[in-house]
Amino acid sequence: MPKVTIDGTELEVAPGTTILQACQQAGVEIPHFCYHERLQIAGNCRMCLVEVERSPKPVASCAMPVADGNVILTQSEKARKARHGVMEMLLLNHPLDCPICDQGGECDLQDQAMAYGFDRGRFDEGKRAVRDKDFGPLVATSMNRCIHCTRCIRFLNEIAGVEELGATGRGEAMEITTYVERALGSELSANIVDLCPVGALTSKPYAFVARPWELRKTESVDVLDAVGSNIRIDARGDQVLRVLPRLNEDVNEEWLSDKSRFAVDGLVHRRLDRPYIRRGGRLVEVEWSEALDLVADRMKATPPERIAAIAGDLCDAETMFAAKELLQGLGAQSLDCRQDGARLDSACRAGYLFNTTIAGIERADACLLIGTNPRREAALVNARLRKRYLMGGFRVAAIGPELNLTYPAEMLGDGGDALNALVEGNHPCGEILRNAKAPMLILGQGALRRPDGDRVLGAARALAEACGMIRDDWNGFNVLHVAAARVGGLELGFVPGPGGSGTAAILAGCKSGATELLYLLGADECDLGNTGGAFVIYQGHHGDRGAARADVILPGAAYTEKDASWVNTEGRVQPGRRATFPPGEAREDWTILRALSGALGRTLPYDSLPELRARMRAAHPGFAHIDAIVPAAWGPFGAAGPVDPAPFTYPVDDYYRTDPISRASPTMAKCSQLFGGHPDAAPRTGTHG
Amino acid sequence: MMSHDSGPPVAQPEHFEFTPENLGRAKAHIAKYPPGRQQSAVLPLLDLAQRQWGGWLPLAAMHTVADLLEMPRIRVYEVATFYTMFNLKPVGRWLLQVCTTTPCWLRGSDEVVAACQRKLAIDIGGTTLNGLFTLVEVECLGACVNAPILQVNDDYYEDLDGPKTEALLDALRAGTPPPFGSAIGRQGSMATGGKTTLLEEPTPPPWQAALTASGETEEEKSDAG
Repeated sequence: MPKVTIDGTELEVAPGTTILQACQQAGVEIPHFCYHERLQIAGNCRMCLVEVERSPKPVASCAMPVADGNVILTQSEKARKARHGVMEMLLLNHPLDCPICDQGGECDLQDQAMAYGFDRGRFDEGKRAVRDKDFGPLVATSMNRCIHCTRCIRFLNEIAGVEELGATGRGEAMEITTYVERALGSELSANIVDLCPVGALTSKPYAFVARPWELRKTESVDVLDAVGSNIRIDARGDQVLRVLPRLNEDVNEEWLSDKSRFAVDGLVHRRLDRPYIRRGGRLVEVEWSEALDLVADRMKATPPERIAAIAGDLCDAETMFAAKELLQGLGAQSLDCRQDGARLDSACRAGYLFNTTIAGIERADACLLIGTNPRREAALVNARLRKRYLMGGFRVAAIGPELNLTYPAEMLGDGGDALNALVEGNHPCGEILRNAKAPMLILGQGALRRPDGDRVLGAARALAEACGMIRDDWNGFNVLHVAAARVGGLELGFVPGPGGSGTAAILAGCKSGATELLYLLGADECDLGNTGGAFVIYQGHHGDRGAARADVILPGAAYTEKDASWVNTEGRVQPGRRATFPPGEAREDWTILRALSGALGRTLPYDSLPELRARMRAAHPGFAHIDAIVPAAWGPFGAAGPVDPAPFTYPVDDYYRTDPISRASPTMAKCSQLFGGHPDAAPRTGTHG
Repeated sequence: MMSHDSGPPVAQPEHFEFTPENLGRAKAHIAKYPPGRQQSAVLPLLDLAQRQWGGWLPLAAMHTVADLLEMPRIRVYEVATFYTMFNLKPVGRWLLQVCTTTPCWLRGSDEVVAACQRKLAIDIGGTTLNGLFTLVEVECLGACVNAPILQVNDDYYEDLDGPKTEALLDALRAGTPPPFGSAIGRQGSMATGGKTTLLEEPTPPPWQAALTASGETEEEKSDAG
């Protein structure tokens, strides 16, 4: 272990530590621009210069490993002067346009210029002018401001795995560009906005909207996919202006997918801001009391076995818990949270969780994807798989139609026949899984939502057991969800009770008359095209497919407007927090159900969110473990029997428009139009031959 | 403000394919590198493509090279734009590269540039209307001893002045390039007035005499080594 002295403090660090990291460990901050701990070291901004004794020149600390006995001076006159010089040079070509720059107030260059900037320029030559680039609808460019730290290039090459950005030319003529003008083909592209230490890359939808000090910052969790990325919601007044990622090493590290970041402009479009009742075929605005009374009357008049409820993809756990208590209290058993019809079994936790955990992917050495395209379904899980691939010694195989992941994957076949062959041990790839030390499989909703989904689940379970994926120290069986609500619903048992029906049977029942009253908790993705004469109540926040069919609309709150919990695909319970109030008459969802229970004369036994949560935790102790993984016990699930050889289909066709919020977002609409659903499907045009 | 904008985009061909002959050469270059490291061949391949396409490198050629080497296109763009020897726009049949770095400048490169400009009626960076000549200014060509230098395509014309440059341009225009090398007939980098030093027969170093005396000749020694 090398011993170093930093500004007089002696410190022992791990071999291979860079000087900059050693300084950080010693609590000394070194200014830097190009260095980023998750990216490869470039060493090109020179801002991190320090003085090392017996070294003739100042040393770029980010790129220099410590040697035993190094005496490092970070505040010496030599180091300070070197940084002053570097700052002056960085500012030679940097425009002095801070007042009109969107980065103002959260700009590394601005901040560090306060410490190291010269009070006047000595550069008499012309500043260079660089043409702005078109990086698509999400990233705005102002390339005059670029200081060529190359963080954006490195991010796209390494983390996103999309080699489209580069530095052309050299010296003063160097430019960061795609060279052939085109949008960045990555679902993680906007992370380069966060990475850019200056105002060269800024957020296009957020351009000139607000200054950082005007914003109210709320730490919350993203619900637009099942990853449960940690986010910070920035709001001003009653409007969410932007969403930024928040560090969580176990989930999203510090990245965020583009949909989660930019779909929030859909929160101000097509909102349901007051109750409606359908009269004579038209939806008419009414007061809350009227709507609730109507719903209560219909519920009282309907036999409980003819009442059904479906929970949608964005539903929070508290809402589903209250709904379940209310409806089961009435005697209704036809509840389902699996609106896509996935044949998941809520009885065994291990059978529907991402047991390996997202961070655990880094310990795997072989991975089989079954009916899933993680790049579209969970971009950050895909980024983690790529990270594991880059570490080396990781083999990926996939069963399903052609995939464009960001790492090589061996395609074993289109569908069930390949899975059958693997389970029977007749597939050459089975050997790889059996010989791997930590094999894992990821089962997607594309494979589970088929009629034979329970047999697919059983086959995957058998394969996991046969390949040594289930051990005391390792669980390589994973289900990748696409909906933030799904795991929460399964944990709460929001599934058909004894004698109840599931989503398909409920919807068929609407047509045949077996279901007379259908309660939709933000369910927009199930097929509501033929719901016959059923009385449909839609509780949700957007005028989407569910609201279009509804007979009564109860306006609820979007995820940024309520304190609620979601459970991600790993089974991690994470609290979301209210950043703004719901618009108009809309209310937090659990309070709507509480009010309805009052109208029904079956008042739910809680008057506040803490009381509701206490009751929920008493019934489902797993919800007491916030942001933690409770490992699931292995058990029986799925059904035996061969899988239908038909090809799997992937659940997400259009990455940018998967839920009511993103469907209402103008930014997502632009992306969807440009990329035809996803960057991996982008047609190569013009000069791309 | 100074802009590095490279002007209006040029018309790009739709397709580029290596001729069978050049494809063979390309494969020979690729074979020099271990598997998985074939990207190292990007420079020779781009050069081959540029020569095949008449002295400039269209996007389609970069794409062909990228596909051949299984590397992302942007990595090829980066290489092609970094090196000034790759021309990203069409050039004349004769690419005139005048060195104007200090030694050439001291020896009269201004006259060479002026002669080219006068004779061809183009400025630095320009191409004559008939597409015969392109004139560019370059940094040191590494032939300072015979300054000033004008590189015409692959050949160095040395020891030029104004009139000699004009004569050279006339010959090029007529399609009869004169032999390259020194325009004043000096051999290699020898001084212009002939030898000024090392005039006498070289005397062998003392140790060689000692070796000869002991009967061991230079040849034997090298054989033994």
